[in-house]
Amino acid sequence: MLLPIEGKDSRMQPFLRFDTVSKRFGGVTALDRVDWDVRSGEVHCLVGENGCGKSTMIKLAAGVHDAEPGSVIAIDGAARDGLTPAAAKSLGVQVIFQDLSLFPNLSVAENIAIGEVLGPLARPVPWGRMRRIAGEALARLGLALPLDASVASLPIASRQIVAIARGIAAKARLLFMDEPTASLTRSEVKRLMGIVARLKAEGLAVVFVSHRLEEIMEVADRVTVMRDGRKVGTWPIGELDIRRIGELMTGLVIDTGVTANDRSAAPPVLEVRGLTRRGEYEDVSFQIRKGEIVGLTGLLGAGRTELALSLFGMTAPDSGSIALDGRRLALGSNGQAMRAGIGYVPEDRLRLGLDMRQSVRANLTATVLRRLAGRFGILNPEAVRQTARHWIGRLRIKVPGVDAPIDQLSGGNQQRVVIAKWLATQPRLLILDSPTVGVDIGNKQSIYEIVRGLAEAGVAILMISDEIAEVYFNADRVLHMREGRIVGAYNPRQDAEHTIAEAVHA
Amino acid sequence: MRDLLPRRLGTEHWLALVILALAAFWSLMTPWFLTLPNAVDILETWSVTTILALGVFVVLVAGGIDISFAATASVAQYAAASAAANAGWPAMAAISLGLGVGVLLGLLNAALIYHLRIASIIVTIATQSVYFALLMWWTGGKLIPVLPDWWSDRIVFAQGQAADGSLIRITLPIVAAAACALATWLLMNWTAAGRQLYCMGGNPEAARRVGIGIARMHYLAYGFLGFMAGLAGLVQAHRVGQAVPNAMVGQELGVLAAAVLGGASLNGGVGSVGGVLLGLLMLAILQNGLNLLGWSSYFFPVVIGLVILISTSITGLASRPGRRRARITGAAHG
Repeated sequence: MLLPIEGKDSRMQPFLRFDTVSKRFGGVTALDRVDWDVRSGEVHCLVGENGCGKSTMIKLAAGVHDAEPGSVIAIDGAARDGLTPAAAKSLGVQVIFQDLSLFPNLSVAENIAIGEVLGPLARPVPWGRMRRIAGEALARLGLALPLDASVASLPIASRQIVAIARGIAAKARLLFMDEPTASLTRSEVKRLMGIVARLKAEGLAVVFVSHRLEEIMEVADRVTVMRDGRKVGTWPIGELDIRRIGELMTGLVIDTGVTANDRSAAPPVLEVRGLTRRGEYEDVSFQIRKGEIVGLTGLLGAGRTELALSLFGMTAPDSGSIALDGRRLALGSNGQAMRAGIGYVPEDRLRLGLDMRQSVRANLTATVLRRLAGRFGILNPEAVRQTARHWIGRLRIKVPGVDAPIDQLSGGNQQRVVIAKWLATQPRLLILDSPTVGVDIGNKQSIYEIVRGLAEAGVAILMISDEIAEVYFNADRVLHMREGRIVGAYNPRQDAEHTIAEAVHA
Repeated sequence: MRDLLPRRLGTEHWLALVILALAAFWSLMTPWFLTLPNAVDILETWSVTTILALGVFVVLVAGGIDISFAATASVAQYAAASAAANAGWPAMAAISLGLGVGVLLGLLNAALIYHLRIASIIVTIATQSVYFALLMWWTGGKLIPVLPDWWSDRIVFAQGQAADGSLIRITLPIVAAAACALATWLLMNWTAAGRQLYCMGGNPEAARRVGIGIARMHYLAYGFLGFMAGLAGLVQAHRVGQAVPNAMVGQELGVLAAAVLGGASLNGGVGSVGGVLLGLLMLAILQNGLNLLGWSSYFFPVVIGLVILISTSITGLASRPGRRRARITGAAHG
């Protein structure tokens, strides 16, 4: 079953080596004289903020881009000039893209053994062999999936396994995994880590790109930190901790301390009593006071998002009550929730929260058009611009101009636009669902600062996250949800982070 | 969890059920409906539409759409007819010309769509107009009233008698449609080309990344439809014994309806030959039943429109049940 890895010595030899590799796009230097190596049988983590050059390194190794003259990329012991995607694949370099690049309309077997139907058009389709290849690749990962199910019908974690199995079936010797855990739950991440360990034991080189530093601590043998297109350095994992990696990535010393305040004297803004929606959450009661940040954590599927959707009027609870500023609300729609003073920043911000084809101005003001409209419902363009400018300034969003298309902004700035759009409604209660998923560490800190600033200004905030550290360090109180119920409440000033972590993962 | 739930019926199953119900209803209403001669008559009547729908199906799977196929069929038909009837070309040469013109116009569509990166619906609306208007302008709308015997003579592959003594004939159009269905099925399910078309329709970016040639996939899909359109043009002329420039234009909606009804998606990547055939069958027996009951043929387009609305809303509704519910119970058990 194993690939022919030549003896033990090859593990000492790097499988991939960069020698003063540079890459420029137009006038911009994306990668500046990087020396780097990846060995067979290691898990090598590549970290850095968005735009630091990680993706460029992957694309150079995969033959998608050509490096600048003078750069040397060696794979399997020999320099490879003019590397093409096909040549890189034949040498065993496989990339699992963040979007997985699967065919949702096709079966698991066909996706994994896609190599069997590439090439000459008249080639007959070996359905039997494809099923066998797919079954073997999954067996090597120690997993089973229904081979005839369409990929569209699988949950995201299983799709990822299909993508990995496709790399295995294509005889991968070096596997790049770009943000593989971004949309996985904790237990799915655990399973993925098991797969990575298995691949490593088989002698594959795995390059793992992730923003979640805890996972890196768990899985890596060595870590390479990138910043602004340069390599900061490569270290064995034993010489680093999370705080140190964060500092190396940003060049800043990051202050991670508990920020919780005691708001128990403030008047309650949100009061939820006995809220139940069958099959989603049950008998949920809690309060959020003026200026208070309440963290809501728990495993994915615990009912957190479902609860948030009801608080925002998107689904109707079966029983129980919601009161805002002492007034009981009967929310029939999210429009009513918005008018009552509730804002909701969804988890999948970029898909649900932004219209990528529209301008910054249009996105920012989409929630407040009614207020900006004059008589007869006609928009006042100057008021629209001023509102947009106000929030761009207040959240320090970096934009070329208010009319710039939103897709020209960096990920971190797009996130801020989504938050700004909800702030423009001047909510009494702001619900943030996983506010920093897919955001790099520097931008995370600035989002936390924005949230704390809002709380200081008196907004009640519900922060939903499955990163326990996120709620622990930023919330005033932490609620733990499990199987639709609130099963614990913690105070970061008294309870330790690991107490919450143990409760959640128990 | 998933396996315990009753499996959702696919488009094909629904169609088959509806068709059975319809057939049962019609045969109660009119005894002639459920007879062999009527069935064979339906097959013959719908042969040209079937050939066109199979070609459109391939383009839909590839993630595109084509509005110009009826115009292509008309141009191909007229080119072959004038070569055969006016210039006296022999059979093989005239047929090759018709098919060649079809393929060429299809390839032209592909080239415009791929190289100019224009949406296929826009390109083919434009070329539909150009192809058809050029044909009308060139011919002055005049038909070619008489085709050579080799073209217009009935070709019967098998015949027999029904119980009531009426003649049953398996004719060339029926055999041609069946051969096209078989060829399309082989292409889409048993060749790398077909699977690559499904890949491109399902996720074009991923298809590019695994090294599928997007340009040649475009040429293949639209070229194939062009070929089918050319063939449909030839068969249509064979059935009516003359070449009428505007005989086929106007069929686009019905053909697309049959493909979409059979499960092909306008978003690409899905659908099957079996589904398309069922979609055609459904429209065919609807029309046949209405005819037998003496409804005006002007009413049939109303039925087509309603059927598209109803079938797409059923599939749309069926694909969005309470996923949230499933997720939380799933998490509680796993």
